[in-house]
Amino acid sequence: MNAPAPVTRYADLIRGDHVHGSLYTDPAIFQEELKKIWYRTWVYVGHESEVPHAHDFVMKSIGPQPVIMTRDAAGKVHLIQNRCPHRGNEVCQQARGNSRTFTCPFHNWTFGIDGKLQAFAFADGYDGQDMGGLGMAPVPRVASHRGFVFGSFAADGPSLEEHLGGAAETIDRLCEHSPEGEVEITAGFLQHRVKANWKFVLENETDGYHPAFVHASIFKVAESGIGGLYGSKSTALTRDFGGGHTEIDLRPEFRKLDRPMGWFGTTPERLPEYTAAMNESHGETKAREIMIDGTPHVMIFPNLFIAEIQIFVIQARAVDDTVQHVTALQFKGAKDMNRRLRQQTMGSVGPAGFLLADDSEMYERTHRGCQSLDPEWLFLGRGAHRERDDADGYRVSHATDEVPSRGIWQHYKSLMETP
Amino acid sequence: MLAPVTDETLMRRIEQFIHAEARLQDEHDYEGWEQLWTDDAIYWVPANGADIDPEVQMSIIYDNRSRIGIRVKQLMTGKRYTQEPKSNIRHFVTNIEVMGRDGDDISVGCNVIVYESSARGETLWAARTDYTLRDEAGAFRMARKKVALVNSDRPLYTLSFLI
Repeated sequence: MNAPAPVTRYADLIRGDHVHGSLYTDPAIFQEELKKIWYRTWVYVGHESEVPHAHDFVMKSIGPQPVIMTRDAAGKVHLIQNRCPHRGNEVCQQARGNSRTFTCPFHNWTFGIDGKLQAFAFADGYDGQDMGGLGMAPVPRVASHRGFVFGSFAADGPSLEEHLGGAAETIDRLCEHSPEGEVEITAGFLQHRVKANWKFVLENETDGYHPAFVHASIFKVAESGIGGLYGSKSTALTRDFGGGHTEIDLRPEFRKLDRPMGWFGTTPERLPEYTAAMNESHGETKAREIMIDGTPHVMIFPNLFIAEIQIFVIQARAVDDTVQHVTALQFKGAKDMNRRLRQQTMGSVGPAGFLLADDSEMYERTHRGCQSLDPEWLFLGRGAHRERDDADGYRVSHATDEVPSRGIWQHYKSLMETP
Repeated sequence: MLAPVTDETLMRRIEQFIHAEARLQDEHDYEGWEQLWTDDAIYWVPANGADIDPEVQMSIIYDNRSRIGIRVKQLMTGKRYTQEPKSNIRHFVTNIEVMGRDGDDISVGCNVIVYESSARGETLWAARTDYTLRDEAGAFRMARKKVALVNSDRPLYTLSFLI
């Protein structure tokens, strides 16, 4: 007689400020995460500006599986799965394009840009067959916030706005940096693969403790001011919005600096077109505030990291196989600004990036480190004695404290314990 | 007046230069490698194909001379952790051809395989590499080097040695 498969009790593996190493390395837990996180909760897929025209499509993903983001003739954005309902063939092989239809090359079934079946080949063999259930399947729920498109494989559940909660405001804050109030994703993605679990990446995005050490080499040679933001004297804050969403709020430091564009290591004089457009759009007082505050540094659970000047989309492919899709943010109506955003992003991130190559090295080393048996636990207790609630009721603490990790794991536990 | 350089002599000089560059890279002689660049140099590793516009689209590396200097300085801090310890690498360069000539600038193309061994494991890199070599007082320097990886449109592991 076969014994029933043991049930993982997540409350036993996540105990306050201690999490068990197997959460990162156990393939069975990864399979359960696919069901309970990647194929259930809202996951960021792409941006509406990546399919600007009718019949545009672009290949994206949710976890290990490809998802095609398309725009139909009426302007509606669809997420459809790249699987022919006939015999399961992968239909589309292009990274992007523009087409009124997708045709499966295996037996020539033809689908609309919304995935609906339009025609059988040799249709007499399907006389009387209802075509309704034989389309390329949609991701059951699709919703967007300020052009950021999310998908959920759960037919029911919290709305996107409920899911985003307080973190929605960070996306709104980001969009204010465009003179036209819109972000565009048009520069193409770098795909940086790491042999490490996706949660090391997730947690590191709002870990303000590591930059002073992991990035010391580039802070030194580039004479970057970023290092100070993450020093022990920093006034920046870590924040847990709930729902697994976390940020490092750098505004206290930039307000202290009180220099427009200081957050980006430049000045309004060096970006005259951008500055003029921002003043025109927001008025000088408001524009100055926005340009002092800088863009957000926020990790939207489970896979969208807005990192001031770029976005990362985290793709979990296997327990030890994660891809960071990364590109420069582009602000509509800000040509000179966008050039600088691309140049700085290219230097910082991707497989050869001055910053991310070292982060990725740490992800892989940590994944290997967690194979050692003792101690079994990771300790995420930094700053627990000094965390507090802010005016909105969110947990905040010092820039280097582990409030974000604790928040992420609390939310993770609630998702994984839901049947 | 000097006799015109024969094609064969030129080809030998080009091969010797490319092989020497590969050796400096393989042996992590960062300063020696940096000296091979001209002041107006561009070091380019495109992403998502070989023919993107690097002024508009993201590249894996798109360094001007100043950024090449930063890249080298970072490697020399001893705290560029992705290269501490350093990857063991060997470049294999073949199919070297002169593709064109414009004054002192010679366009050269070749195929390159790099075998990398690191704590992660073994990684094989393959590329079409195009050089613009400038003939300066009898010695070549690199005005442009473009490394078009065959898999630049797919997820890539960290590429932090000099390719």
